Amino acid sequence: MSALEVLAASKIFNQGTTKQVDALVDVSLTVQPGEFVSLIGPSGCGKSTLLRLIANLLEPTTGSVSVNKKTAAQARLDQDYGMAFQQAGLFDWRTVSKNIELPLELKGWEKSRRETRAKEMLELVKLPEFADLYPWQLSGGMQQRIAIARALASHPPLLLMDEPFGALDEMTREYMQGELLRICGETSTTVVFVTHSIPEAVYLSNRVVVMSPRPGRITKVIEVGLGATRNEDTRAAEGFFKGITAVREALRGTHAEHAAANAVRGVEDR
Amino acid sequence: MSDKTGTLAIARIVGRVRQAGPALVFGFLFLALWESAVRGFDLKPYFLAAPSKIFEQFVKNASRIWEASAVSGGNALIGLLVGTVLGVAMSFVLSRYKFLGELITPLAIALNAIPIFVLVAVLNNMYSITSEIPRRVMVTLVVYFIVLVNVAKGLTQVRSTHVELMKSYAASDFQILRKVRVPNAVPFLFTALKIAAPASVITAFVSEYFGGLQNGLGSRITSNIANAKNAAAWAYVLGACLLGLAFYIVSIILESVTRRGEAK
Repeated sequence: MSALEVLAASKIFNQGTTKQVDALVDVSLTVQPGEFVSLIGPSGCGKSTLLRLIANLLEPTTGSVSVNKKTAAQARLDQDYGMAFQQAGLFDWRTVSKNIELPLELKGWEKSRRETRAKEMLELVKLPEFADLYPWQLSGGMQQRIAIARALASHPPLLLMDEPFGALDEMTREYMQGELLRICGETSTTVVFVTHSIPEAVYLSNRVVVMSPRPGRITKVIEVGLGATRNEDTRAAEGFFKGITAVREALRGTHAEHAAANAVRGVEDR
Repeated sequence: MSDKTGTLAIARIVGRVRQAGPALVFGFLFLALWESAVRGFDLKPYFLAAPSKIFEQFVKNASRIWEASAVSGGNALIGLLVGTVLGVAMSFVLSRYKFLGELITPLAIALNAIPIFVLVAVLNNMYSITSEIPRRVMVTLVVYFIVLVNVAKGLTQVRSTHVELMKSYAASDFQILRKVRVPNAVPFLFTALKIAAPASVITAFVSEYFGGLQNGLGSRITSNIANAKNAAAWAYVLGACLLGLAFYIVSIILESVTRRGEAK
């Protein structure tokens, strides 16, 4: 029983025109419940496209995507996943609490039930005292934690994240990584996480999916053997560095292949 | 708690006055310079009236200025309301059917390119010259385009993250409109009103320059000038300034009330 399954999916934009882009070609990926999987690769490797196929924000040109044993379209209608982006994407005209309640409003939950859940979610992300503030009164890291609370508000089994910590400073970023692992552990949420950062991918993931561009595809899947509990010591552990080296080499492989055409861009080596 | 908010309110008012101080001082200096120039160079009243004379005329004609303000202000207000309602309604239609926007935008540009006041003459011909309708239609037109352009922008220029997020919640187009596009357009509406409110007053005055009824501020200014009553004409100009300011201040107050709690 898998949490999500991508079978031989391809996504071709502007098919048949001179501007045709093979964003993804023949990609297959299965993710188990409770697993944390990162997608990493240079710009244009299709990692964000793959995430949007899973979210049913895009339709695959060929192949199939199933989430929670349903079609991706049905899973979206049922709000079987939550999503977070690089920009927190909170609504300025809603309080923090009302932002978290938005997906529940759309599900037709009644007010008292929404408010109770928003409160729980604020406890979960450790920001209970900020319920009635507006997003612009919060720091970037806090805004992103609210965005995660919103994504998980309806308790979806799956969380999709598109470079959610990309705009944060390094200190906040490491703190957020720890918090994300804690939150997903407590809620036993499956996560698919798009990132540019090798250490981030290794620290967070059970598996790191390395992708390469032109055409976008999966080149290697690396198992990270860091165990269930990760903390600050993990960042100094041997397994952590081994994982980083393995991912880096896999990315170099894709680099070497495309060195003639284009250098690897957008992969942060930190 | 209430003590604290009270002190804060007072501190805020003191801060405002302190901010306004330099502008007030400058205003008084300007008036003093004007007054002394008129007296010092012995300028004739038909050339330039002294502020003291203008103020005298303003007080003397206060009730007539008030009546004329009510007429011009009424025309401006009616045009402002009708133009805003039509502009908002049309912006919803345009944001829903993009091809209509492509049809209407060139017309809007063309209408904005001509000095739109010349239409008053045409409108005066269409209606009787004893009618207020041409002036109100004129104000409506000016306000309509300002509101239409701004609100349509607010309805369409929403952040792509917000739209993707709503789609991920399987939200319908109507839900996206209600929960994202409309709230996003609210500040745009008030920006439009801040521009449209003074513009409506100006349009109401200037429309009176093209003949028709002689009951508003604009026609009183021209008739006083025609009768060489320069100071009285200036008194009506002062009335016009105050009316324009009143419209502007109301639009700002409306904005601050509705935007409570939001980022500037």
